[in-house]
Amino acid sequence: MSDSSTASITVHVWRGNSEGGSFDEFQVPQQPSQTILDIVTWIQRNLDAGLSYRFACRVGMCGSCAMMVNGIPRWTCRTHVNKVMRDKQLTIEPLRNLPVIKDLACDMSEFFAKWNQAQGQFQGSTTRDEKIAPISPCSPEREAANAAIECINCAICYASCDVVAWNRDYLGPAALNRAWSLQNDVRDTAGESRLAAVAGDAGCHRCHSQQGCASYCPNELNPTASIAGLKRLTASDFLRRRYRSRHA
Amino acid sequence: MLEIRLYLAQRISAAIMAPLVLLHLGLMIYAIQGGLDAGEILARTRGSLFWGSTYGLFVIAVSVHTALGLRNIMREWLQLRGMVLSSLSWLFFCGLAFAGLRAIAGLVGMS
Ligand code: SF4
Ligand code: SF4
Ligand code: FES
Repeated sequence: MSDSSTASITVHVWRGNSEGGSFDEFQVPQQPSQTILDIVTWIQRNLDAGLSYRFACRVGMCGSCAMMVNGIPRWTCRTHVNKVMRDKQLTIEPLRNLPVIKDLACDMSEFFAKWNQAQGQFQGSTTRDEKIAPISPCSPEREAANAAIECINCAICYASCDVVAWNRDYLGPAALNRAWSLQNDVRDTAGESRLAAVAGDAGCHRCHSQQGCASYCPNELNPTASIAGLKRLTASDFLRRRYRSRHA
Repeated sequence: MLEIRLYLAQRISAAIMAPLVLLHLGLMIYAIQGGLDAGEILARTRGSLFWGSTYGLFVIAVSVHTALGLRNIMREWLQLRGMVLSSLSWLFFCGLAFAGLRAIAGLVGMS
C-alpha cells in the first residue's frame, strides 16, 4: 500500500443555515480513489453525525450531491480528492447562489421553480395510442436538442453564474438550456409560449456569454451556446411576427 | 418584447460599428502617414455629405451601443429598474449622441 492511505487531509466544512455559519475543521484519512462525497460521508459517519448534506446515486446520475469544493462548484460523487486537493487541504461549502437549509444542503426550490418558469416541460399533442413520431437522429433539430439534453439538474451551472448572483430573478443557465432543448424538439407544441417565457426581463437576454456555466457543467453541456440559440430564436421570431403583421 | 428590441439594437449597432471602427482606424493611419495637419483634414471634410453621414451613423451606433451597455451595468450593479433605468439610459444616449454629432458638425462645417 502507498502511504497515501495513512496520510490525513485537513477539511474545512461550512456549518450553518440560512442565517449564517462558519467553518469546522476535520482531519480525514486519505484513501485511494477517494471522492469528495466519500470525505463528507466519512466525516458524518465517524466524526460528526449532525453534518447535513445531500446525495443519492453516487454515480453522477441524480445531480443531488453538488457542493463548492475549494471555491468551485462540483459534483462531489465524481470528483476525486487528489484532483482538487491543494496542500492536503479541502474547503467544502454549500452551492453558491442558493439558500442554505443546513450545512451543505441547499434549498433547490427556486432552481426548479425557474425550470418551470422557463416552461421546461415537454408539451406533446399526441396520446400514447398514436404512433411514435419518426425522428431522424441526424436532423439538425434533433442534434441541437440532444446536445443540451443530458442535464442532471445539479445546479452547478447555476452556482457558477454571476448574473444569477446579481439578479435573483434571472432564470439561469439550466432552465434556459432546457428550454432550448425543447424548442428543438419537433414534437413539442409549446414553442411560442416558451419563447415568450424566456424573453422576459430575467430571461435569456441577461446572459453575458462568459461561459462560467459551460466551464463547470459536469456533463460538459454548453448552456451558453443554448442561451445564444434562444437569443437568436427570440429575435428571428420577433422579426418574423412583425413582418407578418405588417404584410397581413 | 422590450428585451428582444434592446438585444436587436445592441447587435445591429455592433454590426454597424465594427466596419466603421476599421474605417476610422485606417483613416487615422492614412492621415498621419500622409502628414496631414488639422487644417488639411478639415479642408477635405468640410461640406462633405459622405463624411458627415458616415461619422453620423458611427456616432449613433456608438451612442446606442454604449447606452445599452451602461443600462446592463446599472441594472446589475446598481439594481436599477423601470423608469429610472430607462431614463438614465436615454440620458446617456442623448448625451453621447449630442457630443458626437456636435463634433461632426464641426468637422463638416454645418454648425
Ligand atoms: S454564460 Fe450566461 S448563463 Fe452561463 S454563467 Fe455566464 S451569464 Fe450565466
Ligand atoms: S446544465 Fe450541467 S451544470 Fe447545469 S444543471 Fe444541467 S448538468 Fe448540471
Ligand atoms: S450523488 Fe448522484 S450525482 Fe452525485
